[in-house]
Amino acid sequence: MTTKQVFEYMHHAPDHDDPVHGAPMKVNMGPQHPATHGVLRLVIELDGETVTSIDPIVGYLHRGKEKTCESLGWHKFFPHTDRLDYVQPLINNVGYALACEKLAGIQVPQRGQEVRVLLMELSRVMAHLIYIGTTSIDLGAVTIFFYSFRLREELYSILDAYTGHRMNNTYVRIGGVYADVDENVEGMVAEFLRTAPARIDEIEKLLTANRIWYDRNRGVGVISVEDAKRLSLSGPNVRGSGLAYDLRKAQPYSGYETYDFDVPVGTVGDAYDRYLVRMEEMRQSLRLCSQALERLKKSKGADVLTEDRRYVLPPKGDVHSSMEELIAQFKIVSDLRLPKGEAYHAVESSKGELGFYLVSDGSSKPVRCHIRAPGLMNVQAVPVLGRGRLLSDMVAIIGGLDFVMGEVDR
Amino acid sequence: MGSLKPVEGEGVGFLATRVDELINWGRKNSLWPMPLGLSCCGIELMAMIGPKFDLARFGAEAARFSPRQCDLLVVAGTMTWKMAEAVRTIYDQMPDPKWVIAMGVCSSSGGMYDSYAVVQGVDSILPVDVYVPGCPPRPDAVIDAIIKLQKKIEREDPLRRILKGPEQKPDLGTGETFKQPNAGVARTSLDLHPHDPKAKIEELQK
Amino acid sequence: MTAPQTRERVVKALEGIAFETIDARDGMVTLRVERAVLGELFARLSDRAGFDQNTLVTAVDHFPAEPRFEMVWQFLSYDHNDRVRVKCSLAEADAHVPTCTPQWPGASFSERECFDMFGIQFDGHPDLRRLLMPEGYLHHPLRKDFPHAGIEPDRLYREWDKKRREGWQPNA
Repeated sequence: MTTKQVFEYMHHAPDHDDPVHGAPMKVNMGPQHPATHGVLRLVIELDGETVTSIDPIVGYLHRGKEKTCESLGWHKFFPHTDRLDYVQPLINNVGYALACEKLAGIQVPQRGQEVRVLLMELSRVMAHLIYIGTTSIDLGAVTIFFYSFRLREELYSILDAYTGHRMNNTYVRIGGVYADVDENVEGMVAEFLRTAPARIDEIEKLLTANRIWYDRNRGVGVISVEDAKRLSLSGPNVRGSGLAYDLRKAQPYSGYETYDFDVPVGTVGDAYDRYLVRMEEMRQSLRLCSQALERLKKSKGADVLTEDRRYVLPPKGDVHSSMEELIAQFKIVSDLRLPKGEAYHAVESSKGELGFYLVSDGSSKPVRCHIRAPGLMNVQAVPVLGRGRLLSDMVAIIGGLDFVMGEVDR
Repeated sequence: MGSLKPVEGEGVGFLATRVDELINWGRKNSLWPMPLGLSCCGIELMAMIGPKFDLARFGAEAARFSPRQCDLLVVAGTMTWKMAEAVRTIYDQMPDPKWVIAMGVCSSSGGMYDSYAVVQGVDSILPVDVYVPGCPPRPDAVIDAIIKLQKKIEREDPLRRILKGPEQKPDLGTGETFKQPNAGVARTSLDLHPHDPKAKIEELQK
Repeated sequence: MTAPQTRERVVKALEGIAFETIDARDGMVTLRVERAVLGELFARLSDRAGFDQNTLVTAVDHFPAEPRFEMVWQFLSYDHNDRVRVKCSLAEADAHVPTCTPQWPGASFSERECFDMFGIQFDGHPDLRRLLMPEGYLHHPLRKDFPHAGIEPDRLYREWDKKRREGWQPNA
């Protein structure tokens, strides 16, 4: 496909004057539909059972996050970043924190970065497990849902013990993370890393060579690397087409350049390749986790939060005993200011490139906080991938592109 | 069934109870939820149906994705004004008797989203039976809500419903009387906004 | 690829187009241009400088300063592994820019979102509708003169609800 054709596929329905096939039928899918992964609505035009054009309608979960960030201020937006892509809250936290840190020009201590990497990689596994679970339900394999949720529950317990909540953890702060890991959590993570590979193999045994799974995913939603780039796809969706581009390797952050991991790529660029890429990414994430855990054992006792008191809350004990610290705490909570300027930082989320574009005028409220959501771009690709396919393939295409509406609509 | 009494007969056992209690017993133990997963809470709802929390223990695991087959609407997540029409349609399509659980603070009261797009609580468009706080609530909390709902169903009077027609639940959100629950509450954090144009607008209006 | 190398490549590709480079705080190569050259600039960035992905299209509202809007585009080159940012100031009365969808079809939703949120017109966009807010919504929420709590947020729902009541029977 040329760029021009991709463009036409997105915006123009074909001619319907064909006397044999007659008038097309319009089918509405969503906004409440089990296979649309949230509140997506698709208006699909059908010729028989063949899809002739698709109009994705988003915005059913638009909560005004960007406006909220402009009203709340720098620190107070962290809980809102959790709820962007709510299957991987900690990656969103880190993405926003890194953009703020770029603006402020501060460095996160080594141990803080290690904790961040550990949390991000655990979150990536969580996100991919949701993908496997929901997509397999949509394609008729309900068993996988229970397998993936059994594994996810273990991750929930780890995050619950560590951050205090199962989901929406809000654990990252500007300049590091909220608190250090304790030995209990380290033990839980080590235990998880010991058992998880076998569990992932179990899921893979049920799916990869499964006749139904294979037939419904192979050759569905094929996209070339060139088209994927022009369509703004990123992450596993562009890697599935065969381009080994991972922001963790290409534009490293949080010390990813010092870790040892591989970037899996697909060959054909269909839904099945994207599935294989995600399965392998989970294993690579576990590899990264165990490396991070090793480092955490070595760097025990070091700081996880920067010493720069312009942006970081003073220790709670000092606040209770010292007037200066109390004032400092009050200043940061009510009136944290970041320097004037603009900054963009992108992290590799489980859906692709998650970027935060922040503009500051030196005051305590951002002038602009734009969230570059990979999910929105993935939704955008649905009309291109789905046209000419059968209606039943739509489920595999939507599942394979993998988006979460909280992030698409913001 | 509180007043279940075994009656002994010749070779055959009987159970005597009141009809409405029998109906209530049946209803409360076979709730068919319509999982309306709108946002984050939808994931916790999935976890609730999943292996660890196993909603089947309470007879409420038969999730149906068609509102015509359901009697329990679980509104899980943030409801926006754009989505409100769909949610109300789903509620209208559910057959009577029906109950509603507002799962999470967003659907209970708007939660942290006090913004231009979000409905400040689903109770402005639907009658709600049980509210569950939490962002998102832990699955245990939602299971507790289901147990509370079962107790509520126990107290209902189904015979009256059969003889006199369905009970008219208060129909909220009527056009003119509708008020946002938070209307009039001072938004101090917003008033301090350096770019807040409120003063500017007032000035222009003068 | 480092910023000086990127700048060199961009300057070479944009020969003959008037632009100024500004220092962004995050070190990204940032160009400020006039609206008249945007169409040519997009074509050059895409074809000569090798920027094959549009990362974001958005605007910044500087209300009540004039010119009010500042458009921001960001592009990524996979081959060279670098980014460029393009900015352009717009007056409120004249808020329209050329679309970049012919070069980057993936910018379509971003432009629709920008139109929805700021009311900026994209000339040549084939399908410029609201993206996030419902059809029939009257305001552009991300403008600074729009209050955070909204103006009559329930208006469309109430209109729909009135219709529902007229044609709706509880036992039908």
